[in-house]
Amino acid sequence: MSDDLVPLIWDATKETLTMVGVAMLITVPLGIALGALLLLTGPRGALRQPLVNALLGFVVNVGRSVPFIILLIAVIPLTRALVGTTIGTTAAIVPLTLATVPFFARIVESALREVPAGLVEAAQAAGASDRQVVWKVLLPEALPALIAGATITTIGVLGYSAMAGAVGGGGLGDVAIRYGYQRYETDVTIATVVVLVVLVQAIQFAGDRLARHLSHA
Amino acid sequence: MPDELAIRTRDLRKTYRRSGADVVALAGVDLEIPRGQVFGVLGTSGAGKSTLIRCLNGLERPTAGSVEVDGVELTGLGRAALRAQRRRIGMVFQHFNLLNSRTALGNVALPLEIVGAGRRERRERALRLLDLVDLADQAGAHPSQLSGGQKQRVGIARALAAEPSVLLSDEATSALDEQTAESVLALLRDLNRRLGLTIVLVTHQLSVVKQMCDAAVLLRDGVALDAGSLAEAAARPASPLGRVLLPALPAELPGDGDGDAARAASGAARAAGAADGRELLDLVVTGPAARAAVAPLDADADEPIRAALRSAGVAWELLAAVYEPVGGTPVARLRIALDGSAEARAAARSALAAAGADPQAPRSAEEAIA
Repeated sequence: MSDDLVPLIWDATKETLTMVGVAMLITVPLGIALGALLLLTGPRGALRQPLVNALLGFVVNVGRSVPFIILLIAVIPLTRALVGTTIGTTAAIVPLTLATVPFFARIVESALREVPAGLVEAAQAAGASDRQVVWKVLLPEALPALIAGATITTIGVLGYSAMAGAVGGGGLGDVAIRYGYQRYETDVTIATVVVLVVLVQAIQFAGDRLARHLSHA
Repeated sequence: MPDELAIRTRDLRKTYRRSGADVVALAGVDLEIPRGQVFGVLGTSGAGKSTLIRCLNGLERPTAGSVEVDGVELTGLGRAALRAQRRRIGMVFQHFNLLNSRTALGNVALPLEIVGAGRRERRERALRLLDLVDLADQAGAHPSQLSGGQKQRVGIARALAAEPSVLLSDEATSALDEQTAESVLALLRDLNRRLGLTIVLVTHQLSVVKQMCDAAVLLRDGVALDAGSLAEAAARPASPLGRVLLPALPAELPGDGDGDAARAASGAARAAGAADGRELLDLVVTGPAARAAVAPLDADADEPIRAALRSAGVAWELLAAVYEPVGGTPVARLRIALDGSAEARAAARSALAAAGADPQAPRSAEEAIA
């Protein structure tokens, strides 16, 4: 067993949290915007744009169909253009975000759809515009569901981030592959898994607490 | 539109397309609702009540016809102008439709946020409105912490926040128990009187209309069968609205003997034209005379029904009497049996008609529904 295990895992954990954190920071606003647009342009939405809706839906579905490991490699040119490098933590954030936004957008869409139509109607009857309906009714009413969805998404990104390690993305996955798998250092593998389990538990716990706190139903 | 009208619709039509077929919800409705009235919209489910009320604030766009509220024609308005107009029309919903993410205060403040009122003004106005509906102490409560009646009070306060001139109520008391419904109705009536608010009440509950409304429309299959003031409708019990407001007395009443036989006898007597016989009559007396009409024990010589019967010289018997206020007007309904010759009975009928009691042969329950 290596003496450097603790600093190794600690650095990798920080890299993982950075990847996941930054990816989620970008995903949440983009996903909410895209999810709201999916709902509003849909057949029962206020904007009702069948063509735009079909196109958005198609793009989102394609984004969700591509296996992450393929996406990771396929977007290398884009990654280079955006962040100037194709390896390391920063580079991994680009494919992570690309994979996560469509997933979260669908979660947002379904969370907003669950808001009772009567609440939207009450705001419309008071003279609310579509924009006011989104900001004052749909998003606040769906907030607990959005938090729960963001929790699921964050845990998904955590899993993806471990895969990003396979192409030199850094983080816990990278460590597990290079030390645990390629050098047969089983203790490293176990340590990364333990950290990941703790992270998942912590994220889920925090998400549940927050969703419950915000829910007044 | 005349100035005293709050709402006027002309040939209002709405057709939905549902799974390839056209469904007619409104088939040409003409309504005139005077300012300051409580106006009932009555009808069974599917009659078009909700569609009608939703056309009044543009939540539904009519297929054809016109809707004027406060002198503004809604059907021609663009989206922004329609939104501005909606702020002059409050709406209360059956299931309250309060935002769970907001406190009672926040819910009441929502329409004020929509019109862009400042934070201080929103808070002050919302607090004042909560006070108006007797919920000042619940300002910080979320809807889940309130009872049904309290939720509807918050809903009413919210509907009034933007100071509308018209309040639309879509089955506002249907989800509440009887006592709570009473108190919510009393609040609406009070607001109508104090603020001069015009209220349109959609309901399937007859008691609500009788208790609350000055006038009403009866919808069936998207058509206004009858509309007018309740006092007038009650005085014409054979009119569609009259029939709904004053359901037929039971065809067979205790003391009636064999109801069917009696009615057959009366029909036969009338057909024969001359024979002696027994004849049943339903009478309606509205207004101040109604009270005296149902007071058989201290039978007053000046009471018009008894005076008319006495002048006709027939024997008669009071079988049943019902007394209730309809739209603030006292209404008495009586069933009497006349015994005597055909001429005497005819004289009694015309004397009763002259006394304004609208004598009619009893309607059977089936007739009343038709």
